[in-house]
Amino acid sequence: MNGLSALIRRELALAWGGGGGPLLGLTFFATITTLLPLAIGAEPSRLAAIATGAAWVALALSTLLSLERLFERDYEDGALDLLAIGPAPLEAVCFVKCLAQWIATGLPLAIAAPIGALALNAPSELAPMIFVTALIGGLGFSFTGGIGAALSLGSRRGGVLVAVIVLPLFVFPIIFGAGAIEAYASHLMGWKSGLAFLGAYSLTFTAIGPFFMAAACRNAIS
Amino acid sequence: MIDGVSIEDLALTRGDRALFSGFDLKLGRGEAVALVGANGAGKTSLLRCVAGLLRPAAGKVRFLDGQIELEAADVRAHGLHLLGHHDGLKSARKAWDELVFQVRWTGGTLAAAESARERLKLGPLCDLEIRKLSAGQRRRVALARLVASPRPLWLLDEPFAPLDAERRAVFGALMSEHLAGGGMILAAVHDPLPIKTRQVEVGA
Repeated sequence: MNGLSALIRRELALAWGGGGGPLLGLTFFATITTLLPLAIGAEPSRLAAIATGAAWVALALSTLLSLERLFERDYEDGALDLLAIGPAPLEAVCFVKCLAQWIATGLPLAIAAPIGALALNAPSELAPMIFVTALIGGLGFSFTGGIGAALSLGSRRGGVLVAVIVLPLFVFPIIFGAGAIEAYASHLMGWKSGLAFLGAYSLTFTAIGPFFMAAACRNAIS
Repeated sequence: MIDGVSIEDLALTRGDRALFSGFDLKLGRGEAVALVGANGAGKTSLLRCVAGLLRPAAGKVRFLDGQIELEAADVRAHGLHLLGHHDGLKSARKAWDELVFQVRWTGGTLAAAESARERLKLGPLCDLEIRKLSAGQRRRVALARLVASPRPLWLLDEPFAPLDAERRAVFGALMSEHLAGGGMILAAVHDPLPIKTRQVEVGA
């Protein structure tokens, strides 16, 4: 569709360019993974034990950082009105926005996640697994985060509100994702089911998230 | 396609406050209606209600093709332009990129955007970021989509407020053209428009 392809191009341009883009999330991720050894101590064995989990928490927080403005900018400058009465349903608009968000920040972060974990002394054979879980989990993060971003529209201090709404929802992908890596590392068979649960979570929110977001946006602009 | 709008017994509220009730208005082909009224009377809300962004407390907005009532959601998606105080232009992006997006989103083509650029003499502004434009220049960029993607119903909220006299004349001519082609204009204004309009008071 002409309109939606124009929208995805614009969303990608905004996500890459506006407000620091993926660089902001990546820098934040790098900062957290640098702070951890300073706080916990640089002993390799101790770091290795927490490396993958720490990378996952850093990933969740970094995603959150770029989500805050997902709908807020469009709400403030009136673009949301234009998008709401456009040729595509608002649900499709929300889907495209989150997808662009995932491509622009989720993908770079998924590449950064194994690097961060390796820097914290995680075994190198885990790197592909960390990348895959971060990629799938990032999709879930974007679509759950979008719900929080839409719900907090119009409130002052929206950023804090997004965190309060969204972080509890991030519990599940963190459990499944970090759990799958943990099981894979200790050669347990359970890692496949962890990965399957993570995929199911992400796909579920990809499917139902846009409906929540569209409802919240309609409520905010009316 | 849509050739009439019928607003019947409409009542709008904002929060607990009733803006107006029992509002009736009929708009037909080639007609322009200027909505007048004090600040806060509900002119903007009325436009947003016609566009489907606000739900009325009572009454109906109907879009007609002859005697046939059209599906409102369809008309709103393909048959009207809403241009309000907030133009939806992203401050960090170049004027041309934003113009092309708005035109394509509302169903126009790249060629139409280019001809609108010539028509409204936007050439020198196109390479600038939106944040560097004055209020009047921004408005001109926003108005370009009305020209580039033809839709029969224009809902305009103070369209001329930031424009200078020359630009008002240019856009007045565009409005006359739109009406001559069977279009309809519903505009909230304080200053009279440079075209023949029927005045309707909101919230009297």
